[in-house]
Amino acid sequence: MTYLIGLLSVVFFVLAIMIVSKSMSLSKGIQGTEQDQDTPLDGANNANAIGFIVFLVLGSIGAAWSFLHSKPDLLPIAASEHGLKTDKMFWVSMGVITIAFFVTNALLFVFPFMYRYKKGNIATFYPVNHKLELIWTVIPAIVMAVLVFTGWRTWRDITSQAPDNAVVIEVTGHQFGWYVRYSGNDDNKLGNNNYKLIDATNSIGIDYTDEKSFDDFTANEIHLPKGVPVLLKIKAQDVLHSVYLPYQRVKMDAVPGMPTKFWFVPNKTTDEMRYITGNSDFNYKLNCTEICGSGHFGMAITVFVDEPADYAVWCKQQKPFLTQNPDFLAKVPEKLKGKAQKYIEAPAAALDSTQASGATPAAATSLR
Amino acid sequence: MATATLHATDSQAHGHDHEHEHHELGFVQKYIFSEDHKTIAKQYLISGIIWAFFGGAMSIIFRLQLGFPNMDLTWLKPVLGQWIVEGKLEKEFYLALVTMHGTVMVFFVLTAGLSGTFSNFLIPLQIGARDMASGFINMLSYWFFFLASVIMFSSLFIETGPASGGWVIYPPLSALPQAMPGSGLGMTLWLTSMALFIVSQLMGGINYICTVINLRTRGMSFTKLPLTIWAFFFTAILGLLSFPVLLSAALLLIFDRSFGTSFYLSEIYIGGEALPNVGGSAILYQHLFWFLGHPEVYIVLLPALGITSEIIATNSRKPIFGYRAMIGSMLGITFLAFIVWAHHMFVTGMNPFLGSVFMFLTLIIAVPSAVKAFNYITTLWRGNIIFTPAMLFSIGLVSLFISGGLTGIILGNSALDINLHDTYFVVAHFHLVMGAASFFGLMAGVYHWFPKLFGKMMNKEAGYIHFWLTFVGVYCVFFPMHYIGLAGFPRRYYSFTALGNGRMEAFVDMNMFISIAAILTFLAQAIFAVNFFYSIFKGKRAPQNPWNSNTLEWTAPIEGIHGNWEGEIPAVYRWPYDYSKPGSAVDFIPQNVPYSATPESNFPEENEEIAKEKEIEGLLDSQNSSYSH
Repeated sequence: MTYLIGLLSVVFFVLAIMIVSKSMSLSKGIQGTEQDQDTPLDGANNANAIGFIVFLVLGSIGAAWSFLHSKPDLLPIAASEHGLKTDKMFWVSMGVITIAFFVTNALLFVFPFMYRYKKGNIATFYPVNHKLELIWTVIPAIVMAVLVFTGWRTWRDITSQAPDNAVVIEVTGHQFGWYVRYSGNDDNKLGNNNYKLIDATNSIGIDYTDEKSFDDFTANEIHLPKGVPVLLKIKAQDVLHSVYLPYQRVKMDAVPGMPTKFWFVPNKTTDEMRYITGNSDFNYKLNCTEICGSGHFGMAITVFVDEPADYAVWCKQQKPFLTQNPDFLAKVPEKLKGKAQKYIEAPAAALDSTQASGATPAAATSLR
Repeated sequence: MATATLHATDSQAHGHDHEHEHHELGFVQKYIFSEDHKTIAKQYLISGIIWAFFGGAMSIIFRLQLGFPNMDLTWLKPVLGQWIVEGKLEKEFYLALVTMHGTVMVFFVLTAGLSGTFSNFLIPLQIGARDMASGFINMLSYWFFFLASVIMFSSLFIETGPASGGWVIYPPLSALPQAMPGSGLGMTLWLTSMALFIVSQLMGGINYICTVINLRTRGMSFTKLPLTIWAFFFTAILGLLSFPVLLSAALLLIFDRSFGTSFYLSEIYIGGEALPNVGGSAILYQHLFWFLGHPEVYIVLLPALGITSEIIATNSRKPIFGYRAMIGSMLGITFLAFIVWAHHMFVTGMNPFLGSVFMFLTLIIAVPSAVKAFNYITTLWRGNIIFTPAMLFSIGLVSLFISGGLTGIILGNSALDINLHDTYFVVAHFHLVMGAASFFGLMAGVYHWFPKLFGKMMNKEAGYIHFWLTFVGVYCVFFPMHYIGLAGFPRRYYSFTALGNGRMEAFVDMNMFISIAAILTFLAQAIFAVNFFYSIFKGKRAPQNPWNSNTLEWTAPIEGIHGNWEGEIPAVYRWPYDYSKPGSAVDFIPQNVPYSATPESNFPEENEEIAKEKEIEGLLDSQNSSYSH
């Protein structure tokens, strides 16, 4: 930090001193001939011309140094399959624009120095050159075409239909947090929900007239299996939010009234990342990237990427929302009550206390 | 036409103001409710400068929060009052600052301050007209803007605070007062102010277009127009076609907020209750907003590029390279500006196929932009360059335009945008390419045309210092910001504590550095302010043509008289870029010098033009009658 501030102050200071001293000495010398418009102030003119060269040199050093300095923290390690591809494409594009950046800026700063005003010099009358213009229209056009084409192919793959075996997880944004719902251990299908059914307990308005809801479970953290396609179904309750998984390179807005989705394949478990980063407290986060109110900056939920086997174990440990809140059985239509009944623990527990103990494992197994 | 209107109102109202000569305007008509384009331009300029300082100060306050999150801000309490709680900036107020900074800078400074000032000032003077097509509408345009300013400014002082949903005010956040305090009265005032602002822009735009088309002096064909005028002309067209869409977006939002409609609202549960609205689309608003929002980028940028073209050519003492290519690329940008808006929405859940289309269109717009950059650089090549402060700012603009524009190639690629959308990478990109670049255009314009605006010269040395501090400062602020974005820092975050994994800590230094650079850059603007206001009153008297420029405004009297020229308006015979023409004894030949007067430097095809000079002269009567003299 001290280096940075030092560098900045030096740059500012040197420039200021340089210009002040140049122009002071100049305005002294020039006072007599001030009205003469045909002789621009040569000294200040040269100082400004040199200024561009100084800026070019110091700026290039600053750009290169600051880049190398922050490189380790740029684009945090990609932890999804498409993330590896987009990162690669990013660095290729970055290479192209870096070349353009240095070449054009160098010309832009060197020309003023080379062709600064000199008494007696006459500028070259050079109004047009169609060949030159054609060249620098066509070259950017070709470069753009290549970039567009590769970008389009990657974009098409990322936004394609999720594979059928994808694990479906629903993420719902609200002020200020995320609700997560899993499609359950039995049918891998999310049940309907409806914002009008939201109450103090049923915070995402799960609709229990839909039998697919019965085995859905909620959680306070997100678990994802490694190496398996994951389909996020994204919703919002109140205002816009945006799902952002920085390591997985996932971003998609959550829009009230319009479900969105994003599928990807996580490829590094939390443990692997802890090992790679050497940080035993490492955790993936899901942040919000669409302004949503005062708590926007703190709207995060922890994400764990597990080995598929560990993920399966974790899922098995989760109890369906219906099991945890048996009151909602009352909302289930009569004809589906039978199907819903198997997710209700209480009768099983009651059975357990009065009858032989063999019933409990059976009921518990049916949960899984 | 305009003068006629003026004289008519003159003789009717405000008779008591006229103690002097009969046609002398009273104070109110001359300086306040003026219909003279030069006065209106100054009104826009000074309003813009005042707004720029407010907008800049806001950014400094939130940069303090971002750079020094643990700083005790109690010392700001006398200014901010209850927005400082226990020495900390209120979280809602942080968002309000971000929102108002964006709104003020984009609309009030870079749209009204830049285009309002220079379109008004330069169009009549450079095309050779006595005034705007309608001086009265022009006056209304400014006063609608003024009213919009007053309303926006008043929203800073209400208890619930100004609008805080980001300058894009996406609903439902902006539509529901229960979502955040700033979406209450503050948002109502924001929408009212913007509606008036749009009215002002439309009146201005219609005037600019009419004036350019109808009131050019004799001989001033479209291919002889300075590039400034072309830029203002395209800007006005962009504004005229896109601002109404924002107005309708704002109107629908007003309906949703106040009259219970559901244009943007659907299936919302907030504050413990389910709202009745169904069937609306929050994405619809984003489409409407960005249909203006993207052209808006070029509305602020094109005038700056036009100003730069003029200044670079003049001070390189060379014709602008590729005059027609410059017009063509501006035309291309103008057209493409309308069909790239959805690149702001790649990850909103919009159909991915649309994303592909907009990625393609967006990257095409890089081509005309690249052509412009190359043409500027070639104009410098083998010039005889004089570094006036205006020239320095113009070269700075080209650099910022290139540096900021290049990252647009990354962001316009929808696959790469997934990770970078709504991070500081975007903030860095657009601040360089449209924010700083347009601001540099504004500064370049002020330094270049100050002698014409106020009849005085600004202090050059102060201008040099102002430029170098600002140029270095802007790069120090926005270059490192790319890194923060690449590290995945989202924008509009009050603090980065929730990122976890030591990511915030890695960039504490960088954020501090950016904040310090921003504060220094902001303070450097005081040099400009002092120079500007001091020179208006105490500056050295300007010569007739201080930069030896070719355009028509430098033939008009220095003191800026009503009607612009005494007697006949000069005729135009040549394009505006005859600098350092081979054979000519002087290194500039103004547009009003006929080819017959310069046989030594004429090209063969230009000698043929001599025959047409009689024809141009003959247009005098019809021109005079068109001004109803």
